[in-house]
Amino acid sequence: MALYDTRRRRNVLAKGLAYAATAFGLSWLVLILAVLLWEGFSGLSLAVFTQMTPPPGSAGGLLNPIMGSLVMTVIAVAIGTPLGILAGTYMAEYGRYDKLTTIVRFINDILLSAPSIVIGLFIYEVMVAQMGHFSGWAGAVSLAVIVVPVVVRTTEDMLILVPDTLREAAASIGLPRSLMIRKVAYRAARAGMVTGVLLAVARISGETAPLLFTALNNQFWSLDLNAPVASLPVVIFQFALSPYKDWQQLAWTGALIITIAVLVLSITARTLAARKSS
Amino acid sequence: MVDVALEGGSAMTVREQADRAQVLQRLRFGDIAFRNLTRAAAIIVLLILGGIILSLIHGSWPALQKFGFGFLTSEVWNPVTEKFGAIAPIYGTLVTSLIAMLIAVPVGLFIAMFLTELCPMWLRRPIGIAIELLAGIPSIIYGIWGLFVFAPFLQQHVQPLIIDTVGNVPVLGNLFAGPPYGIGVLTAGLILAIMVLPFITSISRDVFEAVPPVLKEAAYGLGCTTWEVSRYVVLPFTRVGVIGGVMLGLGRALGETMAVTFVIGNAHRISPSLLAPGTTISATIANEFTEAVGDLYTSSLIALGLILFVITFIVLAFARLMLMRLNARVGA
Repeated sequence: MALYDTRRRRNVLAKGLAYAATAFGLSWLVLILAVLLWEGFSGLSLAVFTQMTPPPGSAGGLLNPIMGSLVMTVIAVAIGTPLGILAGTYMAEYGRYDKLTTIVRFINDILLSAPSIVIGLFIYEVMVAQMGHFSGWAGAVSLAVIVVPVVVRTTEDMLILVPDTLREAAASIGLPRSLMIRKVAYRAARAGMVTGVLLAVARISGETAPLLFTALNNQFWSLDLNAPVASLPVVIFQFALSPYKDWQQLAWTGALIITIAVLVLSITARTLAARKSS
Repeated sequence: MVDVALEGGSAMTVREQADRAQVLQRLRFGDIAFRNLTRAAAIIVLLILGGIILSLIHGSWPALQKFGFGFLTSEVWNPVTEKFGAIAPIYGTLVTSLIAMLIAVPVGLFIAMFLTELCPMWLRRPIGIAIELLAGIPSIIYGIWGLFVFAPFLQQHVQPLIIDTVGNVPVLGNLFAGPPYGIGVLTAGLILAIMVLPFITSISRDVFEAVPPVLKEAAYGLGCTTWEVSRYVVLPFTRVGVIGGVMLGLGRALGETMAVTFVIGNAHRISPSLLAPGTTISATIANEFTEAVGDLYTSSLIALGLILFVITFIVLAFARLMLMRLNARVGA
């Protein structure tokens, strides 16, 4: 009987810990979001979207970093997505059982979680140091390096899920392989591939570390990609660590904007993926 | 219809045949071109990694040449006299990640156990999504939250308590000595724990779900409790995958930059107390790179980046090998 009691007690304890751990994990999400909403909304106004970043002590907005982030994100996706989709296509379609695919998959998985600050150093070495100045292009390329592995991974996964019978049907009516991939396989895997791109955008829209010494920052309105470009995360970093109250407030508001963007993107991506699977 | 089609086929002129051959030729060419294009893209992925390694080695060469092996063991970090050593940031990186893993691994495993064994079906998806949203929040958000909310809270309420109680215990007290700064190694470790928790949780949940139901049902049938099934059936079966997930989380923690930079205090020294400010490799680079004057300073920072990349590469490669081994076994 004592044995049963010990086992039962242990079970109750473990179950209790499991409940507690879940409550613990979820409470952080609630805490962070609550503070973020509270602090961010109190500074949210139209001026945030229409005015430039102010000098310390005066009012202003976040228009230039928002635009800078948007532009660099678009360029990063424009570079990273085709590259990622093509590489993923090779791995799933042409070279599914290749040695090359195994190696690329392994390396891609490592790139997927490589420290983003190291990617910043890499782009600094190959672009900023060579060109002699910080630039929006360098920032966009460093973000593209982060986009590629995400897109490669989802493209490969999604194309592998496409049933082979579809491929065989396409081949049987005489479609060459490249057309089969573009007209049949891509179409069947489209929802999943879009999900991958959305997740990649969500990932880079909050990335700060690789932009710190590639795109740097810019107090003024500038869309010249050969010059330093402001971005939302870098401005948040700079403003939050400053001693000025207005700057800190803008940092909170910027943080709220980024978080909302990221959450909307990842929820959209998930619903897309869920609708596909059901 | 069939007759008409056949008639059309037989009436094909020479010219039509030539057209057809041309189209075929074009399709064949397009096929080869597309194949090579995708292959080139796959190779570019490899080149990116090669480029990262080569550029880091190239950039850190001046520092490595000047300081040699001593770079890894020296604690001095003095931009004025241009003497640099990496041991303080390496120490900070390892200690903050260790604190993070000590908290996040057990908590993450218990959450995964809750999600796979205890949670009612209708709650599984919402909680799973919430955990994944926690993983999606950008690290700079954790940083700003840590700086303005978490660190002051620790400074005012938690750290004085720790100093008054654990701080007086011999030996262990050294870890919790000194004034409550709020920011410091412990705070950075705690923030990292919150950040890697979702990674560990979602991978553990995925591998737990891969356990064949028959195994669990057999154990339950023998009268095992939930805990015993989790501990003696699920965990041993998924051990490799869990280790892989933990290593993946560790890789994240080691390389995490922004959240740590906000709350670590950026002090280049090794302090026995966890409450004291310190620094990590990534925080040092983020804080000092744009302000670094002189080639040797920049080069030393890139050398730090190289060290970080080597450490995370080893950890992540190990993680992937573990996960691949699990997949091979579950697949077989």
